Amino acid sequence: MARKSLLSSHNTAGWIFAGPILLLFSVFMILPFVMGFLLSMTNARLISPNPPEFVGFSNYQRMFDVAILTIDPIRDEAGQIIYDEGGQPTYPRTRNWTRNKEEYPQFFRKTEVFRFNALRGEKRKNVFLAREPSFVHAMKNTLFFVAVVAPLQSFLALGLALLINQKLPGINIFRAIYFMPVVISMIVVAFLFRLVYDAESGLLNNLLGGMTFGLIEPIDWLGQRSTALWAIIIMSIWQGVGFHMVIWLAGLQTIPATLYEAAKMEGANGWQRIRFVTWPGLRNTAILIMIIITMQAFTLFVQVAVMTDGGPLNSTTSLVYEIVRRGAVQQQLGFGSAMAIVMFLIVLSISLIQQWISRQRS
Amino acid sequence: MRTLKFMMAASAVMVAGTASAQTQLSLWYHGAGNETEAAILNSIIDDFNASQSDYAVAIESFPQESYNDSIIAAAVSGSLPDIIDVDGPIMPNWAWAGYMQPLELSDGAVDNFLPGALGYHNGELYSVGLWDAAVAVFARKSVLEGAGIRIPTLDSPWSKDEFSGAIDALAATGDYDYPFDLGMAWGGEWYCYAFCPLLESFGGELIDSSAGYQNAEGALNGDAAVAFGDYFQNLFQNGMIPGTNQDGADRDRGFLDGKYAMQWNGNWAALPAVEAFGDDMLFLPAPDFGNGNKIGSASWQFGVSASSQNVAGASAFIEFAMQDRYLADFTAGIGLIPATAGAAAMTENYAPGGAMEIFFDLSNEQGVLRSPTPAYLVATGEFEKAFRAIADGGDVQAALDEAVDAIDSDIEANSGYGMN
Amino acid sequence: MNGIIQAATATPKAREAVLFAARYLPLLALAFVFLFPILFMLMSSFKPTATLLQHSNDFRAFLPVPLNELSLDNYREAFNRAPVRLFIFNSLLVTAITMACTLFLASLAAFALVFLNWWGRAVALSVILATMIVPFETRAIPLLLIVNNLPWFDGNRELITFAGVSLKGGWFNTYHVQIIPFIADALSVFLFVQYFKDLPKDLVAAARVDGANWFQVYARIVLPLSGPIFATVAILKFIEMYNNQFIWPNMVVQTEQYRPIMVGLQYFFQLNTAWGEIMAYLSIISVPVMIFYLLLQRAFIASIAATGVKG
Repeated sequence: MARKSLLSSHNTAGWIFAGPILLLFSVFMILPFVMGFLLSMTNARLISPNPPEFVGFSNYQRMFDVAILTIDPIRDEAGQIIYDEGGQPTYPRTRNWTRNKEEYPQFFRKTEVFRFNALRGEKRKNVFLAREPSFVHAMKNTLFFVAVVAPLQSFLALGLALLINQKLPGINIFRAIYFMPVVISMIVVAFLFRLVYDAESGLLNNLLGGMTFGLIEPIDWLGQRSTALWAIIIMSIWQGVGFHMVIWLAGLQTIPATLYEAAKMEGANGWQRIRFVTWPGLRNTAILIMIIITMQAFTLFVQVAVMTDGGPLNSTTSLVYEIVRRGAVQQQLGFGSAMAIVMFLIVLSISLIQQWISRQRS
Repeated sequence: MRTLKFMMAASAVMVAGTASAQTQLSLWYHGAGNETEAAILNSIIDDFNASQSDYAVAIESFPQESYNDSIIAAAVSGSLPDIIDVDGPIMPNWAWAGYMQPLELSDGAVDNFLPGALGYHNGELYSVGLWDAAVAVFARKSVLEGAGIRIPTLDSPWSKDEFSGAIDALAATGDYDYPFDLGMAWGGEWYCYAFCPLLESFGGELIDSSAGYQNAEGALNGDAAVAFGDYFQNLFQNGMIPGTNQDGADRDRGFLDGKYAMQWNGNWAALPAVEAFGDDMLFLPAPDFGNGNKIGSASWQFGVSASSQNVAGASAFIEFAMQDRYLADFTAGIGLIPATAGAAAMTENYAPGGAMEIFFDLSNEQGVLRSPTPAYLVATGEFEKAFRAIADGGDVQAALDEAVDAIDSDIEANSGYGMN
Repeated sequence: MNGIIQAATATPKAREAVLFAARYLPLLALAFVFLFPILFMLMSSFKPTATLLQHSNDFRAFLPVPLNELSLDNYREAFNRAPVRLFIFNSLLVTAITMACTLFLASLAAFALVFLNWWGRAVALSVILATMIVPFETRAIPLLLIVNNLPWFDGNRELITFAGVSLKGGWFNTYHVQIIPFIADALSVFLFVQYFKDLPKDLVAAARVDGANWFQVYARIVLPLSGPIFATVAILKFIEMYNNQFIWPNMVVQTEQYRPIMVGLQYFFQLNTAWGEIMAYLSIISVPVMIFYLLLQRAFIASIAATGVKG
C-alpha cells in the first residue's frame, strides 16, 4: 500500500510538470487536427475570393462514391462474341455510361479503377468505378504497402538479428554496417535509389547483369506497374530494417541463456529451440515492432514524391502523397483534410485492433 | 556564398534605407542555386537603387521547385513581398485568388514587347516578362540530310506524316538510342508547356476556350485529343521516345552526346548545342499536326503583389528592369529570348544573323498562351498526370476522361473562376 | 558439389576453414547490400558527372578510380551554388535546440505521468499516444495558419491592436518556427514513460519521506538513473529532426538566412542535373550524421535496443 500513499494526489505538481508539453501538444498537434476536421466539412480553398461554405460530409461521400458497372462483351448480329486480334473478347467503353448524366447518373464522372470477372454471364465483367480514382488507388497502394512491409520487414529484421546474435569475432562491425542506412535521411536515400533503379545505367541492373553474365536483361524498375511499388518497398525495407533488427536483438538478449541450456538438456534441436524458447520470449518485442512498422508504413510519402510522382499509372501513389497533392498543390483544402481524417481513422482502428489482439493473448 | 554576401549587402541597404527615409520594396525570385541569374538580377537592383532615392529593392531567392509553395504559404499568411515573379500561365490564378494587383506602367511601356511576355487577366496587365522562352526541334543538319529528311521552315513546317517519316528514317539508321526525345524526365510545368501546344495543333485544347474556359469536356477528351494521345503513345510504345523513367542527366546530355537524334527542347538549352555542333545545329519549328504549328509562350514574369502598399514603386522597378540593356544581359547570361527586338539586336546570338535568331521568330509566330484562366493551376497538374499515363501505356481515352473530370469538378467547385 | 565439400571437410583444419567461410560469407554479402548505395554516393562525389554516370555501369562505381580524375571540384561547386556552411549551421542549431527541449519537457512530463497522481493523467497519456498516428504532412496546412497567428516578442507584424496596445506576432522566417512545433513528440514521452515505470518506486518514496520536493526527486533520484533513456531519445530525436527538415521550412522560411540543409538540395535541380554536385551535396548532408553515428555507435545501438526491451 506504500504505492497508494505515494500516489495520493498531486494536482499542482502534476500539471506544472506535464503542463508545458501538454500545451505544446494542444497547440501543435491537437488544434491542427481539429482544424483539419472542421475544414473537411467545408469546400475551403487555400486561397480564394469565394468564401468557404459548409458542405457537411460531402467530401467524405465523394471519396467513397464508388459503383460497380456490369458489362457484357460486344456481340455481332448472330450473337457471337467478337474477339480482338489477341483472342480477347471486346467490351464496350465504360464512357458510354460514365459520361451520360441523364440515363446513368449513378455512373456519371466516375473512372474505372479495375475490373474483375462477374460470377454469372459468359465473359461478363464487373467494372469498379470511382468518383475519386486517385484516392482509391492511393488507398489500395498504401494498404498493400503496409501489408507487405509490416510482416516482411519484421521478419527480415529478425533474421538479421539472429545472424548478428552469433558469437563471432568482429560481429559488431557487421551490426554497425547493417544499421548504417537508418541514420541517412529518406530524402537522400530516395535520390540515391533513383540511380540504383535507373532502367539503363542503374546500379541494380548492372549488378544483376554482371552476376548472371548478362542473363538478366535490364529491368525498368520504377517505370512499370508490376515492379514500381515493389522497388519502393524494397528500398524502404533497406533503409529501415536495421532499426528493427536492433530492437529484436535487444529482445533476444533478454532471453536467459539458462532456458536454452535447459532446452538442450531435454534434447531440443535448433528449430525447436527457436520455436519453443526464442519465439515465446520475443512476443512483446514482436508486438511493439509490428505497431511501429505499421504506423511508419502508413506515412509513405517521400519515396513517392522523389522517385515516381505516384506513377506509372497510379501504381505507387499513396494516401499522404494524395493528401499533399490535393490539399497543398491543388489547394483543395477541404477535400485534402477529409482524406487526412479518413487516414487517421484507419490507422487508429488498426492500432486499436493490434492492441486488442496483444491483450487477448496475454 | 555569393548569395550570403548579397544578403549582407541587402541588409546594409535596408539600414541605409531607413536612415534616408527610402521605402523598402521586397522582391522574391525563383532562381536560388543559379549564380548567373542572381548576378544579373542583383546588378539591375543595384542600378535601380542607385538611380533614385525613393525606393530600395531587396531580393530574396527561392529554389524553383518550392517557389510556388512558398508564395502560397506567404499569401495564406499575408506575408507576400511587394514584387513577385510568376510563371506566365499561373498568373491568372494568382490574380484571381487575389495575390496580385494590376501594374501601373507608363503609357507605351510595353509597346515593343513580344506578346508572350505580357500577362493579361480580365483585360488588365498584371505581369511583364523580361524574356520569353521558346521550344524547338533540336536537330543536326548533317544527320537530317544523311537520312534524306527535308529541313522544315517556319513557313513550311513538317506535316504530321513528314514528322513521322523523319522519326522512322532516323530510327532506321540504327545510330541512336532514340530518334526523338520529349524530355519526359522534366516533371511539372514542362508537360503542359511543351505538349499542350502540340495537342492544340491536333485540334484539341486543355480547357475549352470557345466555352469561356468553363470546361475541359470535349476539348481535352474529344476525338482530336484522343488522336493526339494515340499518336504519342504509339511513338513511346515503338521505342521512338524515352519514357517517363528517363534520367534528368540523359535529358540534359542525350542530344549532345549523340544518344538522341532529335530533341524537343527550349532555347535555354540552345547555347550548349550551338557550342557543340556549330553551324550544323538546327532549331526547327514545331510540326503542323493539322491545325498549325504551335509552341507555348510566356515564361517567368514580374508582377506586384496584392498586399503591396507601394504599387507605384514596384511598378517603377519593373519598368526600370524592362530596359533593353537588361533584357540583353539576361539573354547573354542564360540564353533566354529578349522580349523586344531592340534588345535582341544588342545580343550576339539573337541579333540578325545570330545562331539563335530563329527563336525570336519561333516565339513571335508560333507562340500560343496555355489556357489563360485561373483553372490552369489544377489543369496543368491533371494534364501532366494524364500524359504520363499515356506515355506509360495507359488507355488514352480513359486517362483524358479522368483529367477532364478532375478539371471540370475543380472549375465547378470554384464557381467558374470568374471567367464568365 | 557434395563431393567437393566432402573432400574439403576431410581434414579438421579444412573443415574449420569451410565453416568459417560459411559463417562470414552471408554476413559479408549482406554488408555489401547495406553499403553499396552509400559507397556509390561517397565515391561519386569525387568524380566528374560524365565519369560517374559511366561508372554506374560496373564495379568501378564503388571504387575511387581513376585516380587522376578524382577531385574536390564537386564540393567546391556545391559550396558556390548554395551557402552550405550556413545551411549546416542552421540545421544543427535547430536540431540541437529541439532535442534539448524535448529531452527536458518530455522527461518531466513522463515523470509526472508515472510518479504523480493528478487529475486528467490517464486522459493526457492516451491523447499524447494518439497523436503518434497523425503524420506531419496531414497537419501542415492548419499548422501554417496557427504559427502565423501566434504572438512573439519581436514579431514581424501586428496581430491585434486593442486600446492602443498592439500584440505582435507571426512566426515566419525564424528559428523558433522550426523548433517549437516539434518539441512535443509522443514517441519521446512514451519512451520515457516506459523506462520510468521500471524504476524502483521505493527510491522515490524514500526521497519524499526525507522531505525532497518533486523537482528534487526528478533531478536527484530519477535523472541519475536515466542515462540510457536520455541517450535513446536524444539520438532518435536528432536523426528525425536533422533528416526531415524539408516540407515545413519550405512553407514557413522565406529567407535564406534560416534555411536548413535539406531545403538546399533543391538548389541543385535548377535547369541542369549535375549528378556530381548532387552526390557531393548528398554526402555533405549525410557525412555528419554518419560520423556522429560511428563515434557513438555502441551507445547508439544500445540505446535504440532499449526501446524494445521495455516493449
